[in-house]
Amino acid sequence: MSRKEIAMTHLQDRQPEYTPPNESGPDALAGRDDSEALCEQVVRARAERATLRIVGGDTKAFYGRRVETAQALSTTGHHGIVHYDPVELVATVRAGTRLRDLERALADNGQRLAFEPPHFGDDATVGGMVAAGLSGPRRPWVGAVRDFVLGVRIITFDGKQLRFGGEVMKNVAGYDLSRLMVGAQGTLGVLTEVSFKVLPIPHAHACLRLELPLAGAFERLTAWGREPMPITGAAHDGEALHLRLEGGEGSVSATRQRLGGETEDSCFWSQLRELQLPFFNGAFDNDAHVLWRLSLPALARTPALEGDWLVDWAGAQRWLKSSEGRGFEDEPRADAHIHEAAIAAGGHATRFTPTANGDSPFTPLPPVLAKYHRQLKQRLDPQAIFNPGRLYAEW
Amino acid sequence: MELLYDERIDGEIADVDKSGLMAAILAVAPRLTLLDREEDLRPFECDGLSAYRVLPMLVAMPTTLAEVEALMRVCYEHAVPVVTRGAGTGLSGGALPLEKGVLLVMSRFNQILSVDPDARLARVQPGVRNLAISEAAAPHGLYYAPDPSSQIACSIGGNVAENAGGVHCLKYGLTVHNVLSVEIVTIEGERMTLGGESLDTPGYDLLALFMGSEGMLGVITEVTVRLLPKPEVAKVLMACFDDVERAGKAVGDIIAAGCIPGGLEMMDNLAIRAAEDFVHAGYPVDAQAILLCELDGVESDVQADCERVRQLLETAGATQIRLARDDAERQLFWAGRKAAFPAVGRMSPDYYCIDGTIPRRELPRVLKGINDLSAQYGLRVANVFHAGDGNLHPLILFDANQPGELESTETLGGRILELCVDAGGSITGEHGVGREKLNQMCTQFAADEITLFHAVKSAFDERRLLNPGKNIPTLARCAEFGAMHVHHGELPHPELPRF
Ligand SMILES: Cc1cc2nc3c(=O)[nH]c(=O)nc-3n(C[C@H](O)[C@H](O)[C@H](O)COP(=O)(O)OP(=O)(O)OC[C@H]3O[C@@H](n4cnc5c(N)ncnc54)[C@H](O)[C@@H]3O)c2cc1C
Repeated sequence: MSRKEIAMTHLQDRQPEYTPPNESGPDALAGRDDSEALCEQVVRARAERATLRIVGGDTKAFYGRRVETAQALSTTGHHGIVHYDPVELVATVRAGTRLRDLERALADNGQRLAFEPPHFGDDATVGGMVAAGLSGPRRPWVGAVRDFVLGVRIITFDGKQLRFGGEVMKNVAGYDLSRLMVGAQGTLGVLTEVSFKVLPIPHAHACLRLELPLAGAFERLTAWGREPMPITGAAHDGEALHLRLEGGEGSVSATRQRLGGETEDSCFWSQLRELQLPFFNGAFDNDAHVLWRLSLPALARTPALEGDWLVDWAGAQRWLKSSEGRGFEDEPRADAHIHEAAIAAGGHATRFTPTANGDSPFTPLPPVLAKYHRQLKQRLDPQAIFNPGRLYAEW
Repeated sequence: MELLYDERIDGEIADVDKSGLMAAILAVAPRLTLLDREEDLRPFECDGLSAYRVLPMLVAMPTTLAEVEALMRVCYEHAVPVVTRGAGTGLSGGALPLEKGVLLVMSRFNQILSVDPDARLARVQPGVRNLAISEAAAPHGLYYAPDPSSQIACSIGGNVAENAGGVHCLKYGLTVHNVLSVEIVTIEGERMTLGGESLDTPGYDLLALFMGSEGMLGVITEVTVRLLPKPEVAKVLMACFDDVERAGKAVGDIIAAGCIPGGLEMMDNLAIRAAEDFVHAGYPVDAQAILLCELDGVESDVQADCERVRQLLETAGATQIRLARDDAERQLFWAGRKAAFPAVGRMSPDYYCIDGTIPRRELPRVLKGINDLSAQYGLRVANVFHAGDGNLHPLILFDANQPGELESTETLGGRILELCVDAGGSITGEHGVGREKLNQMCTQFAADEITLFHAVKSAFDERRLLNPGKNIPTLARCAEFGAMHVHHGELPHPELPRF
């Protein structure tokens, strides 16, 4: 199979199709509450000892292991903004709501999801975004998805919809199950509703491009990091350092003058977020290389791995178009090598190009940590109904 | 409420022979400091919730990781509960000892292991005081953002265990937003690291799960925190109002205008008078409410924000607005706020601090509710809040020597928390559930939700040996004391043991 074909199988059955909400009229906001049907489906699956593959817009199927032989549980019929109060900086949204619909509603009020999540497709849903837990270029400066999740509703293994956290900024009653769900990829329960802290869009912004080598970029970023500068994006593409500034008019224009360089279009940042820069061309389905994401301490030395690099998050997130283990037979070994190199550099690696061999794209966990992951999964989903094997084969 | 551990409803605890246990511990950790004489145990009998006191069976004060691991293994084998204690400033009885348990005191883990100004992080042991981290980072122009009012005393381990906040967390986040990793020793004596120096780690976000877990899931033995560059300038506006509700509304106006202040605090008249009397901060004692709004960042932005906020405050009906002249006056404005608890303490033999959160829009309604309740119970209530994030700290003034006053204070406190839950809020924003708010947990959560909390607990501590009787009530407790949401007259899983 070519990589392209593997990538296609990873989109699974593309079923069920996304059912778009009725976008005109007040219905779009009110949406539709499908939670009862979702609960019933879980109850049935439990009784039948079936497994469920939870799916929203199916835009991030590649991000994790294939969930085999499962019925699909689609969240797309459960959509709508339940509550959005710009004064409170809080939005509560059903999981099947399209991410772009939420973002549009926020933008209409001069606000946004500050962690700028990648969509990876028009149909991306809010639930899928939270379950995947991926954050965009602004992550090192403003925080990750989990930092903005205030509360969730989830359907548990026994088909009950429960609520944790809420719409308040501070809440330490009980364990923080809301944040635990972020990035758990649905393996601990079905997300049906999420409350976010949202933030105002800053008054001013500017995007700069400074031609300088990677080493020089690191040096400067390190120095700037110790000053209060309005940086909310720093990426190096091998040739130039791309910077984004956001804040008040005064600080943005002063910083811009101080740093020099040329201004560039802000679409650099959305293309980076969506992995649509030329660097990523063909990265998902090209037989010549495999795309990896390395999450490392920002100042870590670049691991000695073969391939091309694109540095984001001021060094804390690095994309590798790897040519390690060219030819498919060697791939598992090459993959292990990359995981080890990432661990040695103080972080971990995730394979973004789907693989056919069923290996987890995620770096293996150390034994004690793995034990508690297993136990947690066992307690929250004892029958292993939800997305079995999605993160790691064993659970 | 009867706060002391009740085996009948909180779960049984095994009886063990103290000297046998001591011998077993010392056999594997010969140099470990173990205290067992009453006079040595006395200083540890309570935390910041000092109305409740229990002498632990033993106090252990380890200095090495190996000692912690060994102690945990022995306690696990002997089924002895372990209550971890940091600095003991907690206000919800989270570190309240157990008569049949070991109190693990982490205060000797007090080393700052490293400060890395380039990576902007500090690795510290859990017993390090919150403020000590910022002091160590200061020479590099950096600081650790979460600043609980207790920051000179409380430990970073305790901060993690409570997910502590501070007056600056509206803009800079809570502990959960500022910690990169923690090292944990489990009840079985294993060690693991949650999080890391990279910005994410594979698998579940156990780091987030451990934040605010009140010593129920593991012992924190090391913490790596993120440091931030000090803002170039910080300015404080003090706005006075002749009406509490109007002040509450002004808070919403500021935030709705797209401005996120570094801190946004509110005090009502009783709190203002107490603070003014104590620290002479220059507060107007006739105001019904004051707002302290700190704007920080780069000079030019702060100038612009100050202007914007001043106009908003004027429109909102502030009777007087003052910009702190200089840094000294800014510090003074804050000193009054930070000393509000002890200041109120001077007005009354005792006070009881409540910690509810609400959506900001509910501020006026909840304040009125608190006023009504205060009148109904005949107890004065001073209000201090982290207004920006809807975190209220009503302080109930009472006299424990008056028969029945502690009880009615606790009832009033419970009623206030119920008011918060009704308004869509939470029974605790930052002080934790501990022992104190166990019964109110039954108001905030349905039985199924509490059952799921127990499931999480059992994944890490199947035998319920870590801090039992805190944070999550047993369903038996909810059935007996709490207003448990019982659906159709049935508790879920009647077949399960009720703890
Ligand atoms: C005057 C005053 C003002 C305060 N102001 C604030 C405020 O503004 N914001 C705020 O959030 N809090 C505030 N507090 C509450 C308190 O200071 C915080 O909750 C603090 O985080 C507790 O830290 P500690 O080291 O004293 O912990 P302790 O009281 O010793 O313990 C608290 C909890 O943490 C657990 N714990 C402690 N250390 C560890 C460890 N190493 N591993 C695992 N579990 C551990 C304990 O078991 C217990 O459940 C205030 C308290 C006082 C007295």
